[in-house]
Amino acid sequence: MSIWEYANPKKFIATTTPLIPWAFGLAGAAIVGALIWGFFFTPDDYRQGSTVKIIYLHVPSAMMAINAWVMMLVASLIWLIRRHHVSALAARAAAPVGITMTLMALVTGAIWGQPMWGTFWAWDPRLTSFLILFLFYLGYVALWEAIEDPDTAADLTSVLCIVGSVFAVLSRYAVLFWNQGLHQGASLSLDAEENVADVFYFPLLLSIAGFVLLFIALVLYRTQTEIRVRRMRALLARSRRAGTREARA
Amino acid sequence: MPELGNYAAEVLSAYAISLLLLAGIVALSLRRGRRVKRELQEVERDHG
Repeated sequence: MSIWEYANPKKFIATTTPLIPWAFGLAGAAIVGALIWGFFFTPDDYRQGSTVKIIYLHVPSAMMAINAWVMMLVASLIWLIRRHHVSALAARAAAPVGITMTLMALVTGAIWGQPMWGTFWAWDPRLTSFLILFLFYLGYVALWEAIEDPDTAADLTSVLCIVGSVFAVLSRYAVLFWNQGLHQGASLSLDAEENVADVFYFPLLLSIAGFVLLFIALVLYRTQTEIRVRRMRALLARSRRAGTREARA
Repeated sequence: MPELGNYAAEVLSAYAISLLLLAGIVALSLRRGRRVKRELQEVERDHG
C-alpha cells in the first residue's frame, strides 16, 4: 500500500469520512476543556495579571496560522511535482482555516498587547511578518477565485504559496533574527527555562492539541467539499460538450 | 466567574472574538459542504 493511493478522490473520501466526526468531536472536547481549565482554574500571572488567560487562544492560533501555511506548502509542492489533484484541493481547503487562525492571532495579540505594551500594534518584526502572512492568505484565496481553469489556478497558487513561505518562516523566527521587537520569544520551547510555568503549560498543550485536531477536521471536510465541487464542474462540462455535439449533429 | 481585575474587558473580548471566529469557520464550512453535497447529488441524477 502506498500513500499515493489516497490521491484518488474516491479513496480519499471513503477513508476520511469516518474520521471526520471523531476529529471534530475530539477537537471540540479538547478546546472546550482547555479553555474552561485555563479560564476558570489557572491563577493570574504575577506580571501580566488575568491577561495571561489569552495565551490559550493566542499561542495555538498563531501556531496553526504558520502550520497551516506549511501544510499548504507541502500540498502545493506535491501538486507541482506529482500533479495529484487532491493535494491542490487540500491546499485550497486549508487556506480559509489559515486565514481564520491568522486573524485570531492578530486580534488576540492586539488585545493582549494594549495593556502589556501600551499599544494595540507596533511595526515589530514578528507582528509585521504575521500581517504580511495574513495578506498572503487573502491573496492566495483571491487567486484561486480569480482563475477559471482549476489546473492553472493550482499552478499559480502553488507558486504564490512557495513565495509566501518566507513570511511563514519569518513569523516564527523573526524574534530570533531581529532582537529588537516588543514581542517576546517562544512561549513553548525545549529549553525548560524559556517555557511558561507548568500551571499554564498543561492547559496550553491541551488547547494546542484541540486546535491541531480542529484544523485536521476542517481541512479533511473542506477537501471533500472541494473534490465534490470539482466533480460537479466536470459533470456539467461533460454534459455541455455532449449537448453541443448533439446540436451540431 | 474568576476575578479578572482591571483586564476583564480585554480577556472577555479576546475570548468572545476568538470563539466567534472559530464558530464562524466551522459553521461556514459545514453549510457549504452540505450545500455542495446536495447539488452534486442533483447534478449526478440529471447528468451523471
